[in-house]
Amino acid sequence: MIKAEQKPIEEILEYLAPHDHILLSGCGACVTVCHAGGEKEVALLASALRMARQSAGRPLEILEVTPARQCEPEFAQELTDTIGRVQAVLSLSCGVGVQTLTRHFPVTPIYPGVNTAFLGETVEHGLWAERCQACGNCILEKTAGVCPIARCAKQLLNGPCGGSSNGKCEIKRETDCAWQLIYDRSKSLGQLHRLTEIIPAKQWGTQSRDSGPRSIAREDLKV
Amino acid sequence: MKSGSNLEKVFEQGHFAVTSELGPPKGNDVGVIRKKVDFLRGFVDAVNVTDNQTAIVRMSSIATSAFVIQMGMEPVMQMVTRDRNRIAMQSDLFGATALGIKNIVCLTGDHHTFGNQVHAKNVHDLDSVQLIHMVKTMRDEKTLMGGEEKIEGEIGMFIGGAANPFADPFEFRALRTAKKAAAGVDFIQTQCIYDMVRFKEWMKMIRDLGVHEKVHIMAGITPLKSAGMARYMAKNVAGITIPDALIDRMAKAAKGSEEGIKICVEQIQEVREIEGVHGVHLMAIEWEQMIGRITESAGLLPRPKVD
Amino acid sequence: MSSFDPKIVAFCCEQSGVPAAEMAKHLNLSLPERLELVPVPCSGRIETLHLLKALEGGADGVVVFACHEENCRYLKGNVRLKGRVEYARRILAKIGLQQERLEIFRLATNSGVKFAEFLAQKADQLGQLGPNPGKKE
Repeated sequence: MIKAEQKPIEEILEYLAPHDHILLSGCGACVTVCHAGGEKEVALLASALRMARQSAGRPLEILEVTPARQCEPEFAQELTDTIGRVQAVLSLSCGVGVQTLTRHFPVTPIYPGVNTAFLGETVEHGLWAERCQACGNCILEKTAGVCPIARCAKQLLNGPCGGSSNGKCEIKRETDCAWQLIYDRSKSLGQLHRLTEIIPAKQWGTQSRDSGPRSIAREDLKV
Repeated sequence: MKSGSNLEKVFEQGHFAVTSELGPPKGNDVGVIRKKVDFLRGFVDAVNVTDNQTAIVRMSSIATSAFVIQMGMEPVMQMVTRDRNRIAMQSDLFGATALGIKNIVCLTGDHHTFGNQVHAKNVHDLDSVQLIHMVKTMRDEKTLMGGEEKIEGEIGMFIGGAANPFADPFEFRALRTAKKAAAGVDFIQTQCIYDMVRFKEWMKMIRDLGVHEKVHIMAGITPLKSAGMARYMAKNVAGITIPDALIDRMAKAAKGSEEGIKICVEQIQEVREIEGVHGVHLMAIEWEQMIGRITESAGLLPRPKVD
Repeated sequence: MSSFDPKIVAFCCEQSGVPAAEMAKHLNLSLPERLELVPVPCSGRIETLHLLKALEGGADGVVVFACHEENCRYLKGNVRLKGRVEYARRILAKIGLQQERLEIFRLATNSGVKFAEFLAQKADQLGQLGPNPGKKE
C-alpha cells in the first residue's frame, strides 16, 4: 500500500495561515494503515492545530472528516456540502487523494498534510519499508520475488554491486542488500541457475512514468 | 582485433599486462593530468581514467582520456551508469572513439550519496552488465542499442568490467563475472586484493565456470601506505577485507610505506602464479609516483612493445 | 509562589495511580485546588489524542500516574503509554507549548505521599509557566 508521513506542523501552519475555517480530511485506506492520515491522526492533528492557532491568538475552526477512500470520486463527491462551508481543505490522504479533491473542487484550495513516500509493506508494527516502484513492468518472477528496482539503491538488475557486505547495503547499512535477498531466496527455491540469465535493459521510456503519467482503461467496465 | 589498443595487443601476445589508475583533476587544471602521466609513462600498458569516482565531481573521463593520449599514454576510459542514460552514453562512445580512446571499463559507479553532490538524481538507466552489452553491440553489430540503426563509423572498444571477489554474497561473485563475460566483456579488473585466500577461491570458481578462457582477469592491487590506512579501509570500505596478519605486519614495520611497497610486490608475484590471472591493475591512490618502483621491483619492466 | 491556580488533569491507572490517590485523600494530604482525576483501567488505554484533548479542553497541565515499567498488569500497557506521551510532547514542542505541561509519573499503590508531593510540585511549576495558551477560552 501507499505509505506516507505527516508533514511538519510548522509547514502546515504556514500554508494554513490565511484561513480560519478549514476541513481536515483523512482517508480510511492506505494512510490509515500507516498511521499518517486516518481518523485518529485527523483528530490529533486538528487538536494540535487548534491549540497552535489559539496560542497565536488566531483561532482556527476545523471540521473533521475521514472518507473511506479519498481517491474515489463517489467519496469525494460526498464532501461537496462540507467543502462548500470552509475556506480550504487540509488533506491527510496521499497525493492521489489530494488530487481527487483538486479535480472535484475547483475553487477551494486543497493542501497536502502528508508527504507521500512510497509503496511499501508493514514490516512490523510501526515500521514500513519500500517494496515497489510501480515501474510498469514487473520482473519479480526473474528475481525470486524480491524487487531490485525498489530495493537496490542502484536499481541493479544483474546482481549485487561491490558494496554488499554481510547481507547489508553500503549506502544504508541497516538496509538489506536486495541482491543478497534475491540470492538467498533463489537458493532456497533451488533456482540459482536463473541468476545467470542476463536481465536486459528496462524499457523505462515507454513503460514507466518517463513516458508521462500512465492510465489504465478497461472498456468493459465503463458505462 | 577488437579495438587494436595497446592493452588488447599485450594480452593477445600473451604478455602479463599492467594497468594503473589516474584520477582526473577536480577542475580544469591539465597540469594535474600531466604530472600523473609523467609518473606512469613507460611503466604500465594503459591507464584507467576514472569517471567521477566516489561521486566526487572531476574532469570528465573522456576529456581526461583525450589529454592522456596527447601526452603519449594509452587510456582506459571508465564509464559509470550512475550519471548518464543510454542516449548520453552512446553519444559519448561516438565521441570517445573518435578521439582515439580504445579501451573502456563499464561500471555502475559509486553511489552518488558518497560524493559531493548528494542531492543529485541518480540515473542507473542501465547497469554495468547492460552497459557492457551495449558497447559490444555497438562494436560488433555496428548498431545502436536495441535498434537496427547502423552507426556511421566503427566503435572499436576493448571492453572491460570490474569484479569484487570480497563483497557478498560470495557465491554470487563469480556468477556475476560470468554474466559480464556473457554480455561481452574482454577483460576484468578486480577490487584491491588483500585476502589472497579468498581471491584464490574466487579464481577457482572463475576457472570452474570457464570464464578465464573468455576473459582476461587482472588482479587489483593497492599498496598500503600505513597500518592506519589498512585499518581504516578494513573498517570503513564495504567490500574490502584485509586480514589481521597483514595489518599486524604493517603495524610492526619500521617504516609503513616501505613495508606496503614490499607487500605489494609480493602480492603481484603471488597473483602472477595463479592460473587465469593475465595481468595486474595497480591502484596507487594519490601515490602514482610509486608505480615505477613497484613495477620494477616486481620484475614487470620493461613493458612489452607490441606494435 | 504561583501567580495563578493551574488546572491539572491527572490520568490515573487503576493499578497504581487510583489507589495512590485514594491513599493521599485518606491521609488528608493537600492536593491542588483544580485537579481532575481520570481513572483508567491501564495507562495503555490512554491515547495520544486524550492527552492533547485534555490540554485543548482547558487543562494547564496533564499528568499520567502509571505503574513502574516492567510492572504492568497488562504487560506492555505502560510501555505504549511512554511512546504516546513522547509523541504528544514532540507535538507540543512543535506548536510552541512547554513540554512540562505533560508528564508521566510512575508509582506504586502505596505511594500516596509521592502522589501528593508530585502534584504539588507540578502545580507550582505550572503556576510559574502560566496558563496554557492553547486551551479553549
